[in-house]
Amino acid sequence: MDSSVLIVTILILTLFGYWMGRSRARMLAGTEHLSVLHSLPSYHGSYVALWCGLPALLLVAAWLIFEPSLIEHIVVEAIPGARALEPAQLSLLIADIRNLTSGNIVSREIDPTLAAAGEHYNALQTISHAAMIVLTLAIAVYGLYLARKNQTRGFRARNRVEKIVRIVMVVASTIAILTTVGIILSLIFETLRFFEKVTVTEFLFGLNWSPQTALRAEQVGSSGAFGAVPIFAGTFMITGLAMIVAVPIGLLSAIYMSEYAGPKFRAVAKPMLEVLAGIPTVVYGFFAALTVAPFFRQTGEAAGLMVSSESALAAGMVMGVMIIPFVSSLSDDVMNAVPQSLRDGAYALGATQSETIKQVILPAALPGIVGAVLLATSRAIGETMIVVMAAGLAANLTANPLEAVTTVTVQIVTLLVGDQEFDSAKTLAAFALGLVLFVITLGLNMIALRVVRKYSEKYD
Amino acid sequence: MTDMDMSNASEKQTDFSASLKKRYAAERRFRAYGLTAIVIAVSILGILLGTISFQGTPAFFQTYVQVDVYFDEAVIDPSGARNEQTLRTANYQALAKRGLYQLFPEVSERREKRTLGKLLSSGAYRPLSTMVLDNPEIIGTTQSVWLVTSDDIDTFNKGQIDRNTVEADRRVKDNEIAWVDVLDAAGRIDMRFNTAFFATGDSREPELAGIWGAVVGSFLTLIVTLSVSFPLGVSAAVYLEEFAPKNRWTDLIEVNINNLAAVPSIVFGLLGLAVFLSFFGMPRSAPLVGGLVLALMTLPTIIIATRAALKAVPPSIREAALGVGASDLQVVTHHVLPLAMPGILTGTIIGMAQALGETAPLLMIGMVAFIVDVPSGVTDPSTVLPVQIYIWADSPERAFVAKTSAAIMVLLGFLITMNAIAVMLRKRFERRW
Amino acid sequence: MSVAEAIKTETPAEKPEQVSHKITGKDVCVYYGDKQALFDVNLDVREKQVTSLIGPSGCGKSTFLRCINRMNDVIDGCRVEGEIKVDGTDIYRSGLDVVELRARVGMVFQKPNPFPKSIYDNIAYGPRIHGQASDSAELDQIVETSLRRAGLWEEVKDRLDNPGTGLSGGQQQRLCIARAIAVNPEVILMDEPCSALDPIATARIEELIDELREKFTIVIVTHSMQQAARVSQRTAFFHMGVVVEEGATSDIFTKPQDGRTLDYITGRFG
Repeated sequence: MDSSVLIVTILILTLFGYWMGRSRARMLAGTEHLSVLHSLPSYHGSYVALWCGLPALLLVAAWLIFEPSLIEHIVVEAIPGARALEPAQLSLLIADIRNLTSGNIVSREIDPTLAAAGEHYNALQTISHAAMIVLTLAIAVYGLYLARKNQTRGFRARNRVEKIVRIVMVVASTIAILTTVGIILSLIFETLRFFEKVTVTEFLFGLNWSPQTALRAEQVGSSGAFGAVPIFAGTFMITGLAMIVAVPIGLLSAIYMSEYAGPKFRAVAKPMLEVLAGIPTVVYGFFAALTVAPFFRQTGEAAGLMVSSESALAAGMVMGVMIIPFVSSLSDDVMNAVPQSLRDGAYALGATQSETIKQVILPAALPGIVGAVLLATSRAIGETMIVVMAAGLAANLTANPLEAVTTVTVQIVTLLVGDQEFDSAKTLAAFALGLVLFVITLGLNMIALRVVRKYSEKYD
Repeated sequence: MTDMDMSNASEKQTDFSASLKKRYAAERRFRAYGLTAIVIAVSILGILLGTISFQGTPAFFQTYVQVDVYFDEAVIDPSGARNEQTLRTANYQALAKRGLYQLFPEVSERREKRTLGKLLSSGAYRPLSTMVLDNPEIIGTTQSVWLVTSDDIDTFNKGQIDRNTVEADRRVKDNEIAWVDVLDAAGRIDMRFNTAFFATGDSREPELAGIWGAVVGSFLTLIVTLSVSFPLGVSAAVYLEEFAPKNRWTDLIEVNINNLAAVPSIVFGLLGLAVFLSFFGMPRSAPLVGGLVLALMTLPTIIIATRAALKAVPPSIREAALGVGASDLQVVTHHVLPLAMPGILTGTIIGMAQALGETAPLLMIGMVAFIVDVPSGVTDPSTVLPVQIYIWADSPERAFVAKTSAAIMVLLGFLITMNAIAVMLRKRFERRW
Repeated sequence: MSVAEAIKTETPAEKPEQVSHKITGKDVCVYYGDKQALFDVNLDVREKQVTSLIGPSGCGKSTFLRCINRMNDVIDGCRVEGEIKVDGTDIYRSGLDVVELRARVGMVFQKPNPFPKSIYDNIAYGPRIHGQASDSAELDQIVETSLRRAGLWEEVKDRLDNPGTGLSGGQQQRLCIARAIAVNPEVILMDEPCSALDPIATARIEELIDELREKFTIVIVTHSMQQAARVSQRTAFFHMGVVVEEGATSDIFTKPQDGRTLDYITGRFG
């Protein structure tokens, strides 16, 4: 029986449970009115169904998640000498055993040990599978029986069902927390392993980044250098360029939208700007790499400048365009939230509209605008595809925006895409960079959200 | 005295109006800045969309050449057993080339012949095997077949390669141009709608590469994303909005969700790599894992949208239901959720659109592999539309530029449709209390 | 607190009459967070009579009303002390099912709040969730009876499928009353049911309340003393979170015992 068939079987049993619970409740009421029951028959049905399906499905899920690693562990334990293997070789061995059992191509010659391990693996899998089927079905049926036994006229099926649903909802709401914890734990865990190989100071303050570690230990001159300063510098340069584009355009657009534009103009222009935020970043990356960068290079050549075809300028400008709506729509909101009375006050003194905006509205909305800019900055720092496609790979420490620089996100992608050896400093470095990225963006967000919230409380 | 006062006052008045002129000029300037900013932003949008549709439109068409192919039994099935396997794997490429050579009997030199053969795509023969499998009767006959040309010929035929450039700088050489001209004159060259683009998976050859594999991959991924993030997001939002007591724990969850919404997407990719792939040992490049990662990513969007929609349901409805003796949960499921549903769906669609356009986290979990086959399940290796765009954008062949742009157009088409549905839902069910 | 203490002593002691009390409130205190809204309220409600709660805004009459079917539960930080009994059962004891309570103690709110569903579904909702109809014929019957009792049947019988929100304000409020009686409660609480209605609709509702007295115990919070005088048999006067005076409506309005009551009913404050 396939596990999907098993799940379907359990679901059918669950449906049956619902029907059974409901009809039993009807029977309990007999010819009398349904209101002699504490709960409606449908709740009785749901109660039985939940008892039948929920534990069984949870068990199946747990089984499917933990079965592979458990079996692997047992099989590897049984292979003589396997425990002494390096982690990388061990994972290769496991992959081979798996491939062997599923009939795929195996990377080495099939020696008797491997064949035996494969058979062992197969046998264990068969046993485990059979056990899973028997156990889960037994639990489903037992749950059904138990729940049915509980049913009486006064049985509070509704309260029970609602309690379970509520628990499910609580669990769902903690998923967000779990995600954060998962992110933090996985980043920190891998980063700590990275710092076993490379010191923290070298990573944070080193000026040289060339993460190509040797494939073979005896290879010379390729031990890899993990000084991340050039990457941080590149990230900040591109982010800075993006903000130079996005802040003036975004802010001025927002001012025009909220203060000058008529409702008709607004109704057209606002969605247009928001479309900029809806375009996938990979599209911007393509645009930057194939249209904007060559354009800059040619213009630069015409002016006698050397512009790299992966210049920070192109990536930064395009990223700036992408960020415009983040600045404009939030600023628009905060400016709209400035009370009309402040405007009236300024107009009554004979101020022109632009004077009112510059001297009254902007200062009043400043915290909100700062928040918007911070959020946009964090967005720009974390943006990946534009820089992956349009910025460079080499870590140059330069202040010239016409040269190629690289960013944190570019490095994460290049370090992790393609063939990777787990546990190498190269792969782990990506997680260290990821942690830096996470901490910086999180910090910016927290500040921005706080600033915006303070601001909105002020005018509520 | 009074006269002096008057004149004094009028002097001040003129002073004032002089400065007023300046101030009005400043006013006009300021206004112009704002308008300019909007015009710049909108025109960049226009340039972006314009370039992409300009580059992408040709990719929806493909150059075909008409060749008379003799289905030679000696090549296809010398034994005459009509075994399906034999029919499938026969050397149709040779047949197609032979048909082409016949059109140019004067070409006899080996190297030149090979160049001539390269007018055809390396996958041009594929329809031949389908034809034979559909109808083995045609073996031994000559059929006139339209075959796909190579990407260079296709690009040339679309006018993207200028025949007046120096031959050395041109991917299509003089003799090839001559052949194409001859074929064109004979009416054997035709541009047709590129159905294969929508029906096949990726390929190393631009003229054969299609987006169907990526579209299916995206679809499977989104199904996983939706089926995880919608129930989770809605129940989390309902709990937080309707039931949760206001305490430290729920505050923490709230702050958490807001911050999670702004975590860079690539970090979710790292999470997926470390947790789903390394820890749980799920398959690489699978829509299942991609969908889970994107689900975690869109969860905050859905939660925030759902809470906003729930907030918009007036409390009087809740009171009314409680008043007749509905339980908390019944109030929510019978009244509040149905009323909030349009808002929830709008938020969900927007979240799904985000997920559909997302690339970076999927690179982390290996969905960037070169995959020819169309995936048939959520654990099959596959890629998604944006990643396909990324892969093609990285390819050196010129013809891939057009393919990439065309794929972008398809992606944008999906996104526009989704957003249009969201806007429609909002408009249609907008309700004011 | 001294005020409360002082007032408490002035509250007339209960006379051991031979009347059946549907609801008894003993030393009820309600707090919203740190703010106390009710101070040791003792108030009994007689069966199958209309009791009106009057008093100036913010005096706690609505708070007391919402305690009777525990609608205060949904307000964050609201705490109820003391004892409220309906038919002798303490409704704040742990383990009591609020849903059952609210099915027995129905409520009509200040602003008409029909569900955005059809007229039929508005009425049928309560009986459905409580399983009070075995089949659709019985449900139809309940809907019709309730609408008839609420005096709305003739007006809506041809358009039961139309949305309840499409009715006029007065009709909506009668729909809400019909919805409340469809569950066949013992008590109906009305929180200023006419405050959003015009005089004609108000008169219609008042008539209705008088008719409903036959079958239900009714507690009504009202701002209008005329209304209290017209519809109720008993009246309780609330002031600053305490019950100043309670008694037969005619007594309260003709010979109030307390100076504050006199001030209020003669329009000196409130």
